Amino acid sequence: MSRRVIHPWPLRLTHWLNVIAMVVMIGSGWQIYNASPLFGFTFPTTITIGQWLGAAIAWHLAAMWLLVFNGLVYLIWGFASGHYKKLFPIRPREVWSDFTGALRLHLKHEKGVYNAVQKLLYVGVLLAGILAVLSGLSIWKPVQLWFLCDLFGGYFTARYVHFFAMMGICLFILVHLLLVALVPKVLPPMITGGRLP
Amino acid sequence: MIKRRSLLLRAMALGAATPLGGCDYEDPAHPDLADKFLHAMAAWNDRVQAALFDPHTLAPTFRPDQITNPPRFNAFYGIDQVPVVDETTYKLELGGQIQNKSSWSLQQLRALPQESQITRFVCVEGWRVIGQWSGVRLSDFLRRVGADTTCKYLSFKCADGYYSSIDMASALHPQTILALDFLGQPLTPPFGAPVRLRIPTKLGFKNPKSIMQLAVTNIYPGGYWEDQGYNWFSGS
Repeated sequence: MSRRVIHPWPLRLTHWLNVIAMVVMIGSGWQIYNASPLFGFTFPTTITIGQWLGAAIAWHLAAMWLLVFNGLVYLIWGFASGHYKKLFPIRPREVWSDFTGALRLHLKHEKGVYNAVQKLLYVGVLLAGILAVLSGLSIWKPVQLWFLCDLFGGYFTARYVHFFAMMGICLFILVHLLLVALVPKVLPPMITGGRLP
Repeated sequence: MIKRRSLLLRAMALGAATPLGGCDYEDPAHPDLADKFLHAMAAWNDRVQAALFDPHTLAPTFRPDQITNPPRFNAFYGIDQVPVVDETTYKLELGGQIQNKSSWSLQQLRALPQESQITRFVCVEGWRVIGQWSGVRLSDFLRRVGADTTCKYLSFKCADGYYSSIDMASALHPQTILALDFLGQPLTPPFGAPVRLRIPTKLGFKNPKSIMQLAVTNIYPGGYWEDQGYNWFSGS
């Protein structure tokens, strides 16, 4: 008897491990940002992780291993299983019609199928994640990984790239959580796997 | 609709990362579970950084017009509290696994071949400045005094109570110098007079100023910031 699930277990496992990694990376990243802000604001320390720079860096450089290894497992699984075929093609016309449909709350939800807006958001956040990791590595090792640092226009610019990649990911998380709150039935399958009709 | 709104609030609460209480290296003498985890990860990161360190990879160098002027003062105290070392009586003391432990006057250090570099100084806080330093290449100096370069660590003690240490491989890097001059002039007290370490392959706090004693050892020496929780290797 074959049981077809909406979300296979490698996807669920890497998703929730990524939640932990992301919370720690973003929370500690905000505290690191505060030590030398790029813009005219700082993050309130009530929502940062590690209450001072040394602890925040320790958390950031500890959680980066979870983020990267979990991300690699997810990418390898995604390519090997053909999961990413579900994310393409992305047609602009479909993105627009699904987007306006979602705004009017008239978007039907098909189990196991991504609509065009979802496809665009998921591909976008994957690219933002890769950008965050690469720009982060070039800030961490601007001498040893000089080629990477040069790619981002040097250490100074790489910090801005890293910041905007984080902003992109935060924006995605906001939309992602809002959508889950609006269509709560999509949450249990991300834990149990769910069942395709 | 009410249910939906409460879910929305719940989702937003989920999104706001809650601070992890106690996970902040508050008391180095009494580490809690989180501190122990962070220490273990930091030790692992030290090993990874040592493996990643390539003795032949040079830190990028810059043009004279890219130098940050005026330079940026930074220490664990204010610029009005900078100690002034008497340069006429100054002696660099040597200790640990070194054959010839005679101390060095400023004049003797200046008589050695001088190296100059325009490099980037990256602070652990995230800012960076570009400066020109010159002085004695540390690897030349260590060989001259007969230091045991198979030892693991170099430790530095400073006039202001600051202390730090670096790994031997980074100490022997060609761009690691005992700097005596900044912008072609002798170092001034706020910027590390009379002798400071300039090591562009590491973060700023690994560049101790006003060095009074240099020692070669196999016993982990730690450092002023390192002992409070900053990563020890802190390579760039």
